[in-house]
Amino acid sequence: MTTPNAFTLAEAREALKEKRLSSRELTEAMIAAMAASRPLNAFVTETPEKALAMAADSDARIARGEGRALEGLPLAIKDLFCTRGVRTTAGSRILENFVPPYESTVTQNLWDAGAVMLGKTNMDEFAMGSSNETSYFGPVENPWRAEGSNKKLVPGGSSGGSATAVAADLCLAATGTDTGGSIRQPAAVTGIVGLKPTYGRCSRWGIVAFASSLDQAGPMTKTVRDAAILLGAMASVDPMDATSVDMPVPDYEAGLEAGVKGMRIGIPKEYRIDGAPPEIDALWHKGAEWLKAQGAEIVEVSLPHTKYALPAYYIVAPAEASSNLARYDGVRYGHRAAGAKDITDLYEKSRGEGFGKEVRRRILIGTYVLSAGYYDAYYSRAQKLRTLIARDFAQAFEQCDALLTPATPGPAFAIGEKTADPVSMYLNDVFTVTVNLAGLPGISVPAGLTKEGLPLGLQVIGKAFDEAGVLRVGRALEVAADFKAKPAAWWGA
Amino acid sequence: MSQAAKKSKLIKGETGEWEIVIGMEVHAQVLSEAKLFSGAATAFGASPNSQVSFVDAAMPGMLPVINRFCVEQAVRTGLGLKAKINRRSVFDRKNYFYPDLPQGYQISQYKQPVVGEGEVLIDLPGGESAVVGIERLHLEQDAGKSLHDQHADYSYVDLNRAGVALMEIVSRPDLRCADEAVAYLKKLRAIVRYLGTCDGNMEEGSMRADVNVSVRRPGGPLGTRCEIKNVNSMRFIAQAIEFEARRQVDILESGGSIRQETRLFDSKAGETRSMRSKEEAHDYRYFPDPDLLPLELDEDWIRTIEASLPELPDEKKARFIKDYGLDAYDAGVLVTERELADYYEELARGIDAKLAVNWLNNEILGRLNKDGLSIAECPVSATANNAIIAMIVDGTISGKIAKDILDIVWSEGGDPKTVVEARGLRQVTDTGAIEAAVEKVIAANPDKVAAAQAKPKLAGWFVGQVMKETGGKANPQAVNAILKSRLGLPDEG
Repeated sequence: MTTPNAFTLAEAREALKEKRLSSRELTEAMIAAMAASRPLNAFVTETPEKALAMAADSDARIARGEGRALEGLPLAIKDLFCTRGVRTTAGSRILENFVPPYESTVTQNLWDAGAVMLGKTNMDEFAMGSSNETSYFGPVENPWRAEGSNKKLVPGGSSGGSATAVAADLCLAATGTDTGGSIRQPAAVTGIVGLKPTYGRCSRWGIVAFASSLDQAGPMTKTVRDAAILLGAMASVDPMDATSVDMPVPDYEAGLEAGVKGMRIGIPKEYRIDGAPPEIDALWHKGAEWLKAQGAEIVEVSLPHTKYALPAYYIVAPAEASSNLARYDGVRYGHRAAGAKDITDLYEKSRGEGFGKEVRRRILIGTYVLSAGYYDAYYSRAQKLRTLIARDFAQAFEQCDALLTPATPGPAFAIGEKTADPVSMYLNDVFTVTVNLAGLPGISVPAGLTKEGLPLGLQVIGKAFDEAGVLRVGRALEVAADFKAKPAAWWGA
Repeated sequence: MSQAAKKSKLIKGETGEWEIVIGMEVHAQVLSEAKLFSGAATAFGASPNSQVSFVDAAMPGMLPVINRFCVEQAVRTGLGLKAKINRRSVFDRKNYFYPDLPQGYQISQYKQPVVGEGEVLIDLPGGESAVVGIERLHLEQDAGKSLHDQHADYSYVDLNRAGVALMEIVSRPDLRCADEAVAYLKKLRAIVRYLGTCDGNMEEGSMRADVNVSVRRPGGPLGTRCEIKNVNSMRFIAQAIEFEARRQVDILESGGSIRQETRLFDSKAGETRSMRSKEEAHDYRYFPDPDLLPLELDEDWIRTIEASLPELPDEKKARFIKDYGLDAYDAGVLVTERELADYYEELARGIDAKLAVNWLNNEILGRLNKDGLSIAECPVSATANNAIIAMIVDGTISGKIAKDILDIVWSEGGDPKTVVEARGLRQVTDTGAIEAAVEKVIAANPDKVAAAQAKPKLAGWFVGQVMKETGGKANPQAVNAILKSRLGLPDEG
């Protein structure tokens, strides 16, 4: 019999509903796994007491027949979501001891659905990174290792802690946020499912902001069905977020098994990039064949402005970040440097000590591109490119229902391998940033292993607010790929 | 005001005459219960940091949501300034660091303000008026307050004002002297108070002005301007302009040139002082706030607000001139405050308009001024005053008695008619009683009789004596007529 840790969200839901298992038993198993997994460094803050109290409440509700959608199901929460009374760090020293007196809308939705919080997961500082190496709390390790190798690999980023927690069965599922690929890229390199919803589908209220026009919360799960379940609970219309879109949240599970027969799947030719490992291209080709075999029509489409996406992203995101992070000034909360001479000194010392190197780099880039005399050359042009990239997608969707692309340009790489070269690090997001720039939904589904035995993912991109369609195609890929591999639990679970 | 500069406005220098060119940026606090982007209260004088929401304190993950009522107030003001209402406007971030600016940026409107060009008619001495162009009106957040005098080593910050909605109203450089600048501000204040969009209270800082001053040879090209910040009373504005214009003229005449800079007015010294030069000016790195969607206004909504506008000072003044036959000066004084105009209209109901305006100016305003009261606090209602004047007109009381009655009602309250009856103040028109009094005075003063007959002007002394004899109640016309005939004086004299 599978241990409770290996349950999917859907399996655990059934087990609790049928009273084969209590939330307490399930939660205890997760707490034990979480404690045993500390070498992975997936959690910044573990909340076992809170988890057990929530589990007890859930068991009581289940006993009364009052179970809700996620009743008693233990989840891990990315440390970017503010959680009332529980330290929320955003992976940064500047918020090392910050305890929010409020709860983000997304996590509140989860607790209102009965979910149990296990703890807060590690992440790249302020979600800026693709390897979880920029965290003030140290890097997270990927539970996967190449066959016959002990080399420590990154779990991707920025939602690296959540990805590792799901992949290593430390929780049933986790929340992530995705600004340029921060859900889909780590999901791909840890062999799990990650969904970035349409911009505006999940409220941003109470999520520490990185780049406001790009940030979006989403589920990180073991299966496509689990992503549908979790998204259904996370999504809402929120009057506290002016960019929340007023559309009803559909039942994402309902059409999950409808199949892709008759659907047109676009293959964007610009996503074939020079220098990508042949395994990536081969997997992409295989994915198209799988969908075709299930009755989909494969069409080649063009997204001509793709090559500008990464540069545009690395202007827009740092520009917004430079402004969003101005509030961390050591005056009202967060790290305050000792011994400052005057207010300027206080700002410089507090921010200099509080922010890590990558965050400082992006604040500098963002400040530069918004400066007088450079705004038009950088920020304005990046915004124009953004419009063109969105138009590319709109035109492609006149010919197809969804797009199929690789999720990442390669598998997990070694810790320390790319830290010296920011541009090579930024290239990890090459297939994912376009989706954020256009505000569309995208899912990464585990589709195979490299010859070294490391997971790779495929990405499905859909029309705005067609999460249901994205999930349906994702499910078709999942069925065909039949990805069952698990990392060996070398960390001693 | 494109007409040639009037002689009287010019300032004389050593080398000839100079013309002052003034433009104003007025910050008017929107009358609203809640702040521009948060639900926190806006009341003046609350204890420090008692009206601060998580949004105002810029806690992590907090998002602004526009307060629709503040937008309505801005639109109402724009309509009152006969300005173009922009159906689409954009909120931008103005980035700079200061402890009383928690977000590290002020949300303002930069390139696309909610209100475009309009105009204000200002009233000048001699009943003249002039048009001042309005360039724009935009909405923005106020900052908090830094308190430097509370502790020897620390500065304190009060965030009650942080996030309160301001309207920045920018004029064209159409003003030519301090008096015009003051007239403009008075008119603007009257308009917003009529509209109920700002209380115009300069002492509490709910209306503040930055004044741009330059000088030039009459009709010549514009000179370099200096901006004088936050001058907080009408008197100081006039002083600051006069000082600054003279300073600039002195520099130019001694062969120097004006440096574009921001200056502060020191009200104690009565002078302006350099605050920062153009080179030291902040680079605010404006960019559209990604947390807020562009503000799209519905034409029908604008028309609904327009239909609800009250009669504004200019229209009211025109109506007072036309309907009451008042001169431009009196009408102009009456409409400066809506309450005063309303009081006047009630006061003048059914009686001579000029009589009413004189009574208001000479009796009511004088007493209010002496007691330090506003028209709204006037202890005697307009209706009561109307009754007093009506009694003068129908001969029930004399003008002298009327003032006594006003004094009684002012200090003791009560209905004027009742007071007249209860205290027997009715005017004596019974000629028998007056004749008796006249005989008594003549009999007692034979020497004065001879003198008056020789010099008819001295008859006035007899009038006074008779009035004294009758307790002031005798009808003055009757006293005059009887005295003249009794003393044998000619009718004209």
